[in-house]
Amino acid sequence: MTISFEQSPSDPVVEFRNVSISFEQNHVLNDVSFRVFHGETCMILGPAGGGKSTLMKLANGLLRPDSGEIFIFGRALSSMTEQELYEMRAHVGMVFQESALFDSLSVRENVAYRLEEEHVPEAEIEERVVAALRFVELEQAIDKFPAELSGGMRRRVSIARAIISRPDLILYDSPTAGLDPITSTTIVDLVVKQRDVSQTTSLLITHRLQDAFTMATNRYNQESNQMEPLPAGETDSRVKFLVLHEGHIVFDGTTLELTHSTDPWLQAYLA
Amino acid sequence: MKLASPDTYAKRLVASVQDYALLAGQAIRNIFTRPFYSTDTIAQMDYIGVGSLPIVILTGFFTGCVLALQSATSLKEFGAIEMTGRLVTLSMVKELGPVLTGLMVSGRNASGMASELGSMKVTEQIDAMRALGTDPIRKLVTPRLIATVAMLFFLTILSDACGILGGSVVSIVLLKLNGSAFFHTGYMSLRYGDVIEGLTKPLFSGFIVATIGCYYGLRTTGGTRGVGKSTTQAVVASSVLIILCDFIVTQMMIDIFGR
Ligand SMILES: Nc1ncnc2c1ncn2[C@@H]1O[C@H](COP(=O)(O)OP(=O)(O)OP(=O)(O)O)[C@@H](O)[C@H]1O
Ligand SMILES: [Mg+2]
Repeated sequence: MTISFEQSPSDPVVEFRNVSISFEQNHVLNDVSFRVFHGETCMILGPAGGGKSTLMKLANGLLRPDSGEIFIFGRALSSMTEQELYEMRAHVGMVFQESALFDSLSVRENVAYRLEEEHVPEAEIEERVVAALRFVELEQAIDKFPAELSGGMRRRVSIARAIISRPDLILYDSPTAGLDPITSTTIVDLVVKQRDVSQTTSLLITHRLQDAFTMATNRYNQESNQMEPLPAGETDSRVKFLVLHEGHIVFDGTTLELTHSTDPWLQAYLA
Repeated sequence: MKLASPDTYAKRLVASVQDYALLAGQAIRNIFTRPFYSTDTIAQMDYIGVGSLPIVILTGFFTGCVLALQSATSLKEFGAIEMTGRLVTLSMVKELGPVLTGLMVSGRNASGMASELGSMKVTEQIDAMRALGTDPIRKLVTPRLIATVAMLFFLTILSDACGILGGSVVSIVLLKLNGSAFFHTGYMSLRYGDVIEGLTKPLFSGFIVATIGCYYGLRTTGGTRGVGKSTTQAVVASSVLIILCDFIVTQMMIDIFGR
């Protein structure tokens, strides 16, 4: 049995309706509602411990909300069986905050994992693994094990693993956290490339405001294979921002709305 | 540290028994449905079965040795020293072989499973696996369950054989008893029911080792310290359960076979 995740482009790909979750006494998300449409990149900002990673796990059905409803590709997660959730996840790529590579598998096996599970022919797997690793510029590390990689390399392998199945939705949890500016620029580059080349909808958590603004003000030039800035004053209209603070959404809107916000907390946060 | 009140404690206990039962049920159900991870199952069989050979052979052998020595001293008082073979064989096959093998494999593999799955849990690899569309119970627990039950069965047979061998070596070399009498009395004393009893126990022990090891592994929280804690708990719980289960199966077999 396969269920369809086809939907019309005007429907939201991700929708949270009044979602709340708490761990014991700790109310991590309170009444969170937002929508992300096809082709959009939703930047999730907010102080540490604000519930960003929790929100992302909820979106992939890895956690269940205490109340409220989450719709992915137009389908309510609570109405899906465990089996259907696994089928839904086949269309979603996820990059974990700590990379979460399988440390008993090599880079090749990590990236190939999903294709192996789907019994794709070996030759095609090899080809796609190499292509995905080339995309993140890590072809030379194909036979290494995660323990032999640096944090930034692990993050990139994790991105390769998430994009190899050409997902319709990608969840990036802090892909640039704790990295040096050069590596994080590489990763921002990759995300912009993925966004502009494949038009994939994505949710992206970041602590680094400059990365978020880089993504909003740059585009990927497929001819020169480089990221280039948009004309001055322009921002990518498909980039939107979500700011989480203590379990509440304090901002939901476009780049310009964010920079022109008059909310004192937001101004202090952005400063 | 805050102490939990008795009713919270009881609630938590009931909840964990329920979680355990769900996990075990799911692991069994996965055996009969696709997809089935045969490579993982074989790898686990190799790790659990072949990897446990040395300890199982050694403990079996020396238990047989000790058993022969100890029983010979007591039997001598009654002038029944030629019964040593019978005593060693019966005790090994019915009781010591299954229980000791179970405990050894529990010490080696329940801890191994709990720490491996626990580390995967705290480093989000379990979540990553789910995010990549694989059911961790199917991929991790079911292969370990099948491998442990199957391998423990054969390891127990091996341990029984080594124990009897150890007992015979001691009887012949140290106690100067007749070797063929040792094996003959031993063989003659075994009934069908004894063998069934000896071979039923490892099936239960294997189930306990695998499900308890995986259960504690998968519910690990709290970083590396949590992994250490789950590992300890897994070994303690599985060892106690193996002995408890051994008692219950023995009682059942006495009811069925009358000995
Ligand atoms: N499995 C869990 N059990 C208990 N509490 C949890 C769990 N996961 C998260 N929390 C709590 O939820 C809150 C939010 O955590 P979360 O990881 O979502 O934060 P975050 O916004 O991703 O932070 P960071 O920016 O540091 O990654 C924290 O207070 C954390 O203690
Ligand atoms: Mg986080």
